[in-house]
Amino acid sequence: MADVHLPRSLVALFPGTPRRLQARGGTVAEVIADLDAQVPGMRNRLLDAGPAIRTHINVFVAGERATLATPVAPDGVVHVIPAVSGG
Amino acid sequence: MAERIALLVGTRKGLFVLDGDADRQAWDVRGPLCDGWPIHDAIVDPASGAVFAGGGSNWYGPAVWRSDDLGGSWSHSSEGLSYGDDGEKMTTVWNVTAGPDALYAGVEPAGLFRSRDGGATWEHVEGLTNHPTRPEWQPGNGGLILHSIVPHPTEKDRVWVGISAVGAFETQDGGASWELRNKGVRADFYPGDPPEFGQCVHKLVMAADGGEHLYQQNHCGVYRSSDGGRQWDEITAGLPSQFGFPMAAHPRDPNTVWTIPMTEPDAGRYMIDGHTAVYRTNDAGASWEKSTAGLPQDNAYISVLREAMAVDRLDPVGVYFGTSTGQLYGSRDEGRTWSLVADNLPSIWSVEAAIVG
Repeated sequence: MADVHLPRSLVALFPGTPRRLQARGGTVAEVIADLDAQVPGMRNRLLDAGPAIRTHINVFVAGERATLATPVAPDGVVHVIPAVSGG
Repeated sequence: MAERIALLVGTRKGLFVLDGDADRQAWDVRGPLCDGWPIHDAIVDPASGAVFAGGGSNWYGPAVWRSDDLGGSWSHSSEGLSYGDDGEKMTTVWNVTAGPDALYAGVEPAGLFRSRDGGATWEHVEGLTNHPTRPEWQPGNGGLILHSIVPHPTEKDRVWVGISAVGAFETQDGGASWELRNKGVRADFYPGDPPEFGQCVHKLVMAADGGEHLYQQNHCGVYRSSDGGRQWDEITAGLPSQFGFPMAAHPRDPNTVWTIPMTEPDAGRYMIDGHTAVYRTNDAGASWEKSTAGLPQDNAYISVLREAMAVDRLDPVGVYFGTSTGQLYGSRDEGRTWSLVADNLPSIWSVEAAIVG
């Protein structure tokens, strides 16, 4: 199970969701699918058409910038971090 | 018991709800709601009493928010609010409108979506996207946006929509097929005669008698139609500018609408000579009456965007508009005199007035 860290602004959209979750999956895409199973609607917040990770969302696996295809180790650490943008 | 009005104010940084007293004089401001998301439009669905707010986050994409307690608690959904993984990326929701048997959402890039389960899931009204003119649609300055949705009040298969720099359309078969409704509308940014489409409608509204009587504020003038948009007649004469964004129709008098003329696009898009003014016609556009009482007249280079004017249904009708610099003005006498309702809000994108009790 990957250890997934979620941003405050994301979990705020799903009341009761913790900032840190355990999720199954061998890739980022599979981890996000499992997150969506645990928190219905979360996939739509993270992924755009393509599918692709939304432009202003960054996903890191073991500290490295990831795509949906990036492998996730069984005990991997995934960080979801909103990009710096806005005004 | 006197009826009370709630104003739903969509801004660049969240939705605000203003709870009015029985006299529409004092307003309590609640917000920012919807987690501070940019909100382009918000309504109270008359059937359910629920608040629906449409917008989009820079980070998390488009969604329609729902509250069943007038903004106390919220859920959101964009399930089905997509052109698919192979389709265009959707940026935001521009309009939410309740029809007689469905909820509609207009989005960017321009398209129409429909929900039959109170906003939990959405279906793409593909007939509009499949219109043969679609490959030639071009975005205006504000983007390729479907911002006006006008359902027929009783014939559930009839809906009009307005798309910036594309024009107006009507469906009479529940969205399967659409016909252009731009005849008689100028498009001065094209050479020669007006094209069949490409007109830049800014706001499309239905008159109180419902059905065939429409008005529109366009990039190039103000128009009325008495046949469901098959033919438009220009009613700009008497206004100080052909340009403006919002338009609101009286809830009972089909001959009364309000608009806010602004300077032309190449001259700032703000109040003419810095004098804030709202114009009203009581004779379907044959003449216009200027109203400035209570509105700032000195160096007021403010602007009002397309969704940022609304009317309530009380008698006399209340009229409200918000500015892109965060002021909200209201009138309790059908637009004759005005007062400041709220100030220092984020840039206001939409205003809606609803009777809540």
